Amino acid sequence: MSSSIHIPVLRLGRPYESLDQVRFNVDGREIAVSMANSGLIRRDLQQGLARAAESLQAIPCAKLADACEHAAELFLRGNLPWGDGDQLQSPHDYVVALSQLTGLPHALGHQNMGKVHAAMANIRAILAGLTRGMPLELFDRGFIRQDGIDVNFFPQTGSLGVLLPSNSPGVNSLWLPALVMKIPVVLKPGREDPLTPFRIVQAMIAAGFPREAFGFYPAGHDGGDAVLFGTGRAIAFGSDATVRRYSPFRNIQVHGSGRSKVLLGDDHADHWERHLDIIVQSIASNGGRSCINASAVLTPRHRDQLADALARRMAAIVPRPRDDKDALLCGFANPAMAKGIDERIDELLQTPGAEDITARYRQGPRLIDKFGQTFLQPTLISCTDPEHPLANTEFMFPFASILEVPQSRMIDTIGESLVVSAVTADHAWTLDLMASTNIERLNIGPYPTNRVQWEQPHEGNMFEFLYRRRALQGDLAAV
Amino acid sequence: MSCKLTTPEAQAALDAWTREMIAWHFSPATGCDYWLKWAEQAGWNPLKEITCFNDLMRFDHFDDEVLRKEQPERFVPKAYAGRPYNVFETGGTTGMPKQRIGWDDYKVDYEEFSDHYGPDFFPKGGNWLMVGPTGPRRLRLAIEHLANYRGGSCYFVDLDPRWVKRLIGMGEGAMARKYQEHVIDQAATIIRHRNIQCMFTTPRLLENLAERMSLVKAGLKAVFAGGTTMTPQYVRFVVEEVLEGKINFAPTYGNTLMGLAISRKLKPEDNYSLTYYAPQPRAVLRIVNPDQPDKVMPYGEYGRVELTTMTREFFVPRFLERDEAIRRPPCDEFPWDGVGDVRPFQSLTKTIIEGVY
Repeated sequence: MSSSIHIPVLRLGRPYESLDQVRFNVDGREIAVSMANSGLIRRDLQQGLARAAESLQAIPCAKLADACEHAAELFLRGNLPWGDGDQLQSPHDYVVALSQLTGLPHALGHQNMGKVHAAMANIRAILAGLTRGMPLELFDRGFIRQDGIDVNFFPQTGSLGVLLPSNSPGVNSLWLPALVMKIPVVLKPGREDPLTPFRIVQAMIAAGFPREAFGFYPAGHDGGDAVLFGTGRAIAFGSDATVRRYSPFRNIQVHGSGRSKVLLGDDHADHWERHLDIIVQSIASNGGRSCINASAVLTPRHRDQLADALARRMAAIVPRPRDDKDALLCGFANPAMAKGIDERIDELLQTPGAEDITARYRQGPRLIDKFGQTFLQPTLISCTDPEHPLANTEFMFPFASILEVPQSRMIDTIGESLVVSAVTADHAWTLDLMASTNIERLNIGPYPTNRVQWEQPHEGNMFEFLYRRRALQGDLAAV
Repeated sequence: MSCKLTTPEAQAALDAWTREMIAWHFSPATGCDYWLKWAEQAGWNPLKEITCFNDLMRFDHFDDEVLRKEQPERFVPKAYAGRPYNVFETGGTTGMPKQRIGWDDYKVDYEEFSDHYGPDFFPKGGNWLMVGPTGPRRLRLAIEHLANYRGGSCYFVDLDPRWVKRLIGMGEGAMARKYQEHVIDQAATIIRHRNIQCMFTTPRLLENLAERMSLVKAGLKAVFAGGTTMTPQYVRFVVEEVLEGKINFAPTYGNTLMGLAISRKLKPEDNYSLTYYAPQPRAVLRIVNPDQPDKVMPYGEYGRVELTTMTREFFVPRFLERDEAIRRPPCDEFPWDGVGDVRPFQSLTKTIIEGVY
């Protein structure tokens, strides 16, 4: 079998082999990932971030955008360093290894590669969306003249720290714009997916980004703190516990459970059959692993008919081998986690007012071992009460609740929701939805929750998170 | 100063010391009230049945709760009656702490530690700084004695781990960080304004301090550290980067009940994996099977750390520590078993607040 691979820590560009390593086995080939201790991270950030920022400052933003577009192709199609050795990783190698480590089937691995590729390839559109159309030279000169007014933005931070999850490689697309905006990134990959950020970093370096601009620190929780507190601005992905832990800190943007939802308006509720596709897609795309997957469906009428039809469709999504091109379900890298989720759902189903509708149609139990992996089969729970413990929760597989709630009460019922797809053409309700404070991303019309429009900000506006406008007046002849 | 005995000689010395200590602690003329009363109810006579160290297996594992519940006076050996004692505490984040009394044991332990390292490792006559838990801890007096024994004086910056643990338990992570900064501020001030050559601190505080200044440029010559887990990667980082490869480093494993175990000199083949050796025969560390603590683990395998302390001041048989470690064989410096890569017991399966200071 092929020789082993070592994925190093990248100490702001400098590869480092740690004595503390996590080892994975991919088809008989060992992948060892060096783990950074927290003190090492703090020391690097303290000593190296200024140089990292200078390395980006020296390159015109337009050139960085070009490099990002080039990196998109390299990421999607290129052979890139596997680790710190000479071995190269093909896109196929990446997808196979990603599947082994995270349980993501190959088809979804390719799909996520596509997402990352698109985010890189569309970097100009993304930056235009984030800055509302300001030219790239803003990042070179610090100011531009717009509609006769001098507009000055300055970086609020010299670095962006990111605590990445392992559940969905596509999340990596969120930090990419920072580099083109000349802000170095310090990444702490999720334990099961060091591969995606490392491949992206390698693609960006190969495309012309300075290697000093990248910190890549696989680490434990302590290392995560070092990244979050050692960078001027940081993003953390995680559970509700992550949110509780880091939300007191203003420099940290925390993303916990999405609790995204599909709402059917009064005007569309009677035509629910037309929307089955987008609801199933909202729940099950990307294996139901993303925070933008819907975890609840609210309709003012026909709950039982809609639930039954959705359950039939969801139950048809069955476990398949990793390399099956139609595979949509992800195996669990940690089978104990799947077992825990299954037991938790069964326990909460004991509370009156909830029924697992998919149980009527799926083949076998919810928790099932097949094709050498442990799966949780899609699950739809019909709840009679929005306060039921399963009514507004989220699990890392295609799971959703369905509720009957009058349209007038939906906004108050949904709670904090990352994405809401409101299937409606009701003018007044649309205005109410747009005025609501508990929805982060709003789709109006028959669109799935995972819809991406590059011009729109994702999970907050990265530009506004990293840069701040300053009043600028007077004689600017010197600049 | 390495032990010159062979392994069989060291074992014989341990057996002889065991007999002497059993005779001391279970004789009415010299023993303490706690153990004498215990012997009356034990149903067997240690004076007759303990003839070597292995016979100590007749004792159950010491329950350190008695150090919380019992009055310290019950542990005063008759031979020490009337002589005021020091009270040292351990634990106590909430509720009553565990207390051990003592007279000269800490001096014996730290003089032996000092002699082991000779005159140059910690420069003789150099001043010390201790940054860490002082308060009611044995360590505070021990470090000052060590400094004095080597001809220097000692400065102190206190850190209260009970408060840090409480802050973290309350979810006050930000306040815990501020408190840590406050401690480091004080330490940095002392180092900048006084001539400090040697330091005792915890690994975490050491790296925090080195984030403020180059310890080499500050004039530090040697650091003695202990208190939390040090993985090989961590040790390498401390040696290569925190101490810049230029400051002597003495990692130790110790606690109030044992004293301190010295780490053997690191060799390239150790790859920064530390091995500690108890101050035998006064204390003995064994690595036992967690499920069958009567059985010692094979060399090279992790097991739970079991401590037996036998000094004239204090007797603790077979106390199961909250740590696990790899059983390592005797070495040139220490002709008895060592404990390697110590970490909290079952740390791979439990969430533990460790390394908070």
